[in-house]
Amino acid sequence: MIVAEQKPLDEIRQMITPYEMVLILGCGTCMTVCDAGGEREVSFLHNSLRVAQAKSGNGTHTFSEYTLKRQCDPEFLDLLTDRVSDVDAILSLGCGIGVQAIAERYPEVSVLPGVNTSFMGMTKEMGVWDERCAACGDCRLAETAGICPITRCTKGILNGPCAGTKNGKCEANKDMDCAWLLIYKRLEGLGQLEKMRRYYPPRNFRAIPRPKRIMSKANIDVGGEGDG
Amino acid sequence: MANSLFEEKLYSNEFLVTTEVGPPKGADVSETVHHIDLLKDKVDAINVTDHQSSVMRFPSLGGCLLVKEHGGEPILQVTCRDRNRLALQADLLLSYSRGICNVLCLTGDSIDVGDHKEAKPVFDLDSVQLLKMIRTMESGTDITGNELKGAPKFCIGASVHPEADFIEPQLVKFEKKVAGGAQFFQTQGIFDLGSLRKFMQYASQFNVKILAGIIVLASARMARYINDNVPGIIVCQDIIDELAGVEKGKGLQKGIEIAARLIRTIKEENLCHGVHIMAVGNEGIVPDILEAAELAGVRP
Repeated sequence: MIVAEQKPLDEIRQMITPYEMVLILGCGTCMTVCDAGGEREVSFLHNSLRVAQAKSGNGTHTFSEYTLKRQCDPEFLDLLTDRVSDVDAILSLGCGIGVQAIAERYPEVSVLPGVNTSFMGMTKEMGVWDERCAACGDCRLAETAGICPITRCTKGILNGPCAGTKNGKCEANKDMDCAWLLIYKRLEGLGQLEKMRRYYPPRNFRAIPRPKRIMSKANIDVGGEGDG
Repeated sequence: MANSLFEEKLYSNEFLVTTEVGPPKGADVSETVHHIDLLKDKVDAINVTDHQSSVMRFPSLGGCLLVKEHGGEPILQVTCRDRNRLALQADLLLSYSRGICNVLCLTGDSIDVGDHKEAKPVFDLDSVQLLKMIRTMESGTDITGNELKGAPKFCIGASVHPEADFIEPQLVKFEKKVAGGAQFFQTQGIFDLGSLRKFMQYASQFNVKILAGIIVLASARMARYINDNVPGIIVCQDIIDELAGVEKGKGLQKGIEIAARLIRTIKEENLCHGVHIMAVGNEGIVPDILEAAELAGVRP
């Protein structure tokens, strides 16, 4: 899933300053799971903004709130049409994709990001999310025992550890495991160390040129243009 | 024919001594030049570091040009942290064209340990890929396979860490570097000769030259700082205790003594093919170490 963190309240207040009617829009998928922008966070943020406005005594905003099942999906965005007709700005608590999907669908409304989209990852434990995939477009997890060196090694290197590792931790962050040590141990356990002894050539950063688009095979077969 | 004076010496069975200078943080190169003049005739080659510890400085290529201009034998340190494959190849072409033909290929420290923590880390290549890229360039094409008008020739090396606290994956990488074309290795700082002996027992099966890295410590505080902050390097407790036991102001003297003792033992036991002295900021004392290690004298 995509993991994000809500922006600081001061930054959000600064962003919404020019707008009177503001719709705080949550996202019911990834942002709900990572506690950054689901229904609950929308409600908390709504309250915080109202309280902050009342305390400062100079606010002129009128807030509304709503949470879509998914902001990045055109079929769900249609549900917004009635709600956006009288707003000046949408404060989206969706990820960067959600914000852009709304901007594309509603060209006449300002869209503001309420979260900082951080990475693709997983829930490690209650309230802790760890990055796991860099979406590099050229997955090599078969060669690295299911542990991604592009994401989990701070240098993203392919041929083994650098010499900076100490106590099994990364030189960039003493709390972070050295990915290559993890890979070595797991390959050893699987009896597949020969995979680490292989030479891996430099990455192909053109695996899919940026910005990336994937077309469904079905669409290609029938010559369709497919946006999905 | 050898590609450089250093390469010629590498295969001469002499006990080699290399050292390194860190270029200045700024445009004033007078101190660096002073160190180059001081060291050029006392060692077999001088490495010039490439933004050591990810701290932005005068470039290694510029430092190597100074070494060359002043009659020394430079080793260009190249890291993959700051340049993609285009920039690396361009620098190597420039380097070769100016007669700088020894290259130490490194991945490079993480951006996070340096003084530009917000910069974009590049790491388009790693050290093994860099070695192989150089061998490709020597064969007459760039890394993508396009023909080069004039192929460079280098003597290339890499680093290895015999004292890594989890050595096996380091050795896997060492073997990839050997296969990638590394001719010589300058090790990370060695403090415990036991690990060097063990490493050399293993490494002697490969046709490469190993120079043991000697870091000169100036105090117990510096040793502890290294253990806490310098990637990978571990100063053993014996040496910290030895440094802590001297009176104030005598730390560097003790550090010189320790470095010289390590070098003498390495040479006497014929442990490896030479040493690489890293005086980190105290380049001026390298002649004293050589004197104490009984290695002083002009090296033609």
